[in-house]
Amino acid sequence: MSRRVPWTFIVFLVALSVPFLGSRFHTFVATDIVILALFAMSLNLLLGYTGLVSFGHAAYFGIGAYTCALLMKSVAAPFLPSLLAGGLMAAAFALVFGFFCVRLTKIYFAMLTLAFAQIVWAICFKWNDVTGGEQGLPNVPYPELGWMASLPLLDGFRAGDHFYLVVLAIVAVCFAVLHRIVDSPFGRVLTIIRDNSERAQFVGVNLRAYELAAFAVAGFFAGISGALFGIFNRGVFPDFAYWTKSAEPLIMTILGGAGNFWGPAVGAFAVIVLNQQVTSYTEYWPFVMGVILIILLFVFPAGIVGTLAALAARVRPRTKSATLVGPDVVDRHA
Amino acid sequence: MLEVRGLSKSFNGFTAVDRVSLSVKRGEIAAMIGPNGAGKSTLFNLITGHLQPDEGQILLEGRDITGAPPHRICKMGMGRSFQRTNIFPKLTVFENVQAAFISNRGRGRNFWARSADLYRAETNALLGSLGLRDQAEVTAGELSHGARKQVELGIALACDPEILLLDEPTAGMSAAETHETIRLLETVAAERRLTLLFTEHDMEVVFSIAQRIGVLHQGRLIAEGKPEVVQRDPNVRRVYLGERR
Repeated sequence: MSRRVPWTFIVFLVALSVPFLGSRFHTFVATDIVILALFAMSLNLLLGYTGLVSFGHAAYFGIGAYTCALLMKSVAAPFLPSLLAGGLMAAAFALVFGFFCVRLTKIYFAMLTLAFAQIVWAICFKWNDVTGGEQGLPNVPYPELGWMASLPLLDGFRAGDHFYLVVLAIVAVCFAVLHRIVDSPFGRVLTIIRDNSERAQFVGVNLRAYELAAFAVAGFFAGISGALFGIFNRGVFPDFAYWTKSAEPLIMTILGGAGNFWGPAVGAFAVIVLNQQVTSYTEYWPFVMGVILIILLFVFPAGIVGTLAALAARVRPRTKSATLVGPDVVDRHA
Repeated sequence: MLEVRGLSKSFNGFTAVDRVSLSVKRGEIAAMIGPNGAGKSTLFNLITGHLQPDEGQILLEGRDITGAPPHRICKMGMGRSFQRTNIFPKLTVFENVQAAFISNRGRGRNFWARSADLYRAETNALLGSLGLRDQAEVTAGELSHGARKQVELGIALACDPEILLLDEPTAGMSAAETHETIRLLETVAAERRLTLLFTEHDMEVVFSIAQRIGVLHQGRLIAEGKPEVVQRDPNVRRVYLGERR
């Protein structure tokens, strides 16, 4: 048995090195990827782990973004408490909306999540006094990160680089927490709900309670990613809660692989990098994306990570069987 | 142990279960037989809370459980297996049984512990007694039909039931597998002092282990009692035993 490669650590180091080695543009793209990776990973708690398809995940992204932006802009609240408030507000709304959604199943569940998300969007779009209506809330202030310039190695950096490092740290913590959650007994119960909800009920699982809890946790992390995105984007807009925004993490998750913990993050990376590359050649980016998705769904339904994992598994047992199952062992079984 | 009083259920005017009353004593092995469509599965789904009865009452050790949700009934000491094998196909055999331990003992609320090491000893012991030890790391959905039935039994037993309802435990099994499964059920029931209520189409199985038999026909309980009595009942002979062969 070869030792496991610490992929997570390697990827983290690579991500950390972006502002040191790359250009300002690279840092910009990396920030986008890291924030949307969290958005997609939060959705995967529902899609990949609990087996719930949500078409309205943008609602919690938007609620987190507006909450954090309003606090920082109107009340000049500090960054971290505002961020946390964004996550908690999103989770609170997820609890309320989820209470109704988990009473329905399958496509009805999905449609109701979409309906709630459209309500959130409509409120953001029309409640001019608070949300700025169609114009949104521009000029959301950057967090006060001047102190980072006094740290060794970081003095030459711009505010955007500082913010990227803060985002990376926050998202890394969120990923660690999510990983812990899916590995916990709670996470195991979610996977048995996904696998067979009828049987899960008859080992003592209160379906609705667990689905609601998963919904709220997913809402919390979507809220955090929305809050970060609002600051990164220097403004929040009703689009954040629009249904096309709900499709983004779905596409990322399916592209990356819903069955794998890191699938959605890989999907976020792939979608954003492809977007950057393809838009520089052609304006028909959505067309290219559509073709890629169709090919993927038919040829690699397990997504990028799922396909790579299957390939790795196919290579590994071959070496293993060559060393373990010698001719004498085969003889004894025959 | 289990008492059912005047239970009825109809679907769009079709009466699937019609005023059925029965009682199962602690430690008893009881069978429910009847032709296809007689209402056996519906009766089981009513007792286990998957369906709500239109009328009647279900008592588990004297406590009224009529209309309670399945997860609560399960925690009150009732286990069940399903007619179509009902397991967690993408998890390993070990995880299937371990998950049942985790949820039944209320550990699922824990967001922070590591699930991998929970109930390891209990799970391995149970897998051992079911003869699934060697397949512990196999993905459950890839097992043979017979082995999947064993996994399902493992899931049911992990909930530490006092009464176990088995819907066709040997459906789709070969003669040898059937024999083995019935042996296993008998041993397990004796070891754990389990009360068993099962449905079965194989008459040989029924008459070999059941201490009491109820016969359902068109939703109604037409006979009930010791195997010898049921076997001699003219009604049963007419609608059921005669019809089978």
